[in-house]
Amino acid sequence: MSKMHVKMTVNGSQVEGLAEPRTLLIHFLREQLGLTGPHIGCDTSHCGACTVDLDGKSVKSCTLFVAQANGAEVTTIEGLAAADGSLHPLQEAFREHHGLQCGFCTPGMITRAYRLLQENPTPSDEEIRFGMSGNLCRCTGYQNIVKAIRAAAAEMAAGKEAAE
Amino acid sequence: MIPGAFDYHRPRTLDEAISLLASLGEESRVVAGGHSLIPMMKLRMAVPEHLIDLREVAELRGIAVEGGQITIGAMTTQQEVIGSEELASACPILREAALQIADPQIRSLGTLGGNVANGDPGNDMPAVMQALDAAFVLRGPEGEREVVARAFYEGPFTTALGEGEVLAAIRIAAPAAGHGWAYEKQKRKIGDYATAAAAVLLELEGGTCRKASVALTNVGDTPLHAADAEAALVGSSLDAAAVEAAAAAARAIAEPAEDGRGPRAFRVHLTGVMVARAIEAAKRRAG
Repeated sequence: MSKMHVKMTVNGSQVEGLAEPRTLLIHFLREQLGLTGPHIGCDTSHCGACTVDLDGKSVKSCTLFVAQANGAEVTTIEGLAAADGSLHPLQEAFREHHGLQCGFCTPGMITRAYRLLQENPTPSDEEIRFGMSGNLCRCTGYQNIVKAIRAAAAEMAAGKEAAE
Repeated sequence: MIPGAFDYHRPRTLDEAISLLASLGEESRVVAGGHSLIPMMKLRMAVPEHLIDLREVAELRGIAVEGGQITIGAMTTQQEVIGSEELASACPILREAALQIADPQIRSLGTLGGNVANGDPGNDMPAVMQALDAAFVLRGPEGEREVVARAFYEGPFTTALGEGEVLAAIRIAAPAAGHGWAYEKQKRKIGDYATAAAAVLLELEGGTCRKASVALTNVGDTPLHAADAEAALVGSSLDAAAVEAAAAAARAIAEPAEDGRGPRAFRVHLTGVMVARAIEAAKRRAG
């Protein structure tokens, strides 16, 4: 039951550390790497506040052992803004459209929405709601969350078009 | 919630996984997506001393549709099931059911194999597999054997999977072209287990039902293959009387637990409603 050597890429940087295999990924991120963006909400894989991107998939980091994530590529909310600090279009859109009230669910919401828009860059409102169904907002600010994601999708599509 | 301590193993082949399971003994468990096991470990309802992670066992992955035979590796995730156009065209009930399991994050790690092998009566795929008359390929130290889904489930979390065995793949004879299908699930919210759910597959010929499969989720200690409901449909035109007879036959075998999903009588009633809706939906799609 000794500690194991864990190596992974987090937000583009190689990180390593010693951890017990039973350490949950969320604890490793928050306590060992100091990445407190992903939150511990329900701790039972319902609420999605701990959502991170793992090897190109949205996962709940409260239901994954660090041992399972060994060698993986992880993106947290801290990894979404550009190097110069300018916000990701989703972060901008959540601010612009009041997509948060208390903000506790927001890192998980945005990290999930980030993957959703890669899976489906032009989602309908219904697809946004279904795609975000693993994330709960206890302030129940869902209308504006959907609005923000819709706006970010449009913004990102326009940006892509401009780049082409 | 902190689970008990364990040693972690990541075998690269199925043989390696099986020999680890044999040498580490009964305090070892295999883990696939982990979305049933890890919550149990966090509650300390499961305290394995060794965790054998199947994530890198390549032979447990992949979907093949060849000559009317579908083979799905046990480590195929629900998201991969949903994303497979091949499966959606050969056996569309799988996508329909997978979309009703948990939520996107859980479907990206949760596997088809874990869902069927876990033996939790709340899992959705076991009834779908019973409706499809699927077979489970089990590998152990003594080699490989097949057990059909209709004979696999013995009780809550108790299955025909032997100690030391691992579910390797699921084999399904593709349903006939033009079949109708439906998985109807009533749940309180996204991510919940079914209050009641029904899987139905139908084949019609000139308006007459020539083959029917019906199985039920979460209204008994195991998934329930509703043979009497099938008999009520075969030979009929799927008219209202036949649908009600099938629903009644399903209600007759439902023995749901009384829990937060409702009183027993309500869940028995709902079983019939789900069966009737699934038959209607399958009938509309057949042809």
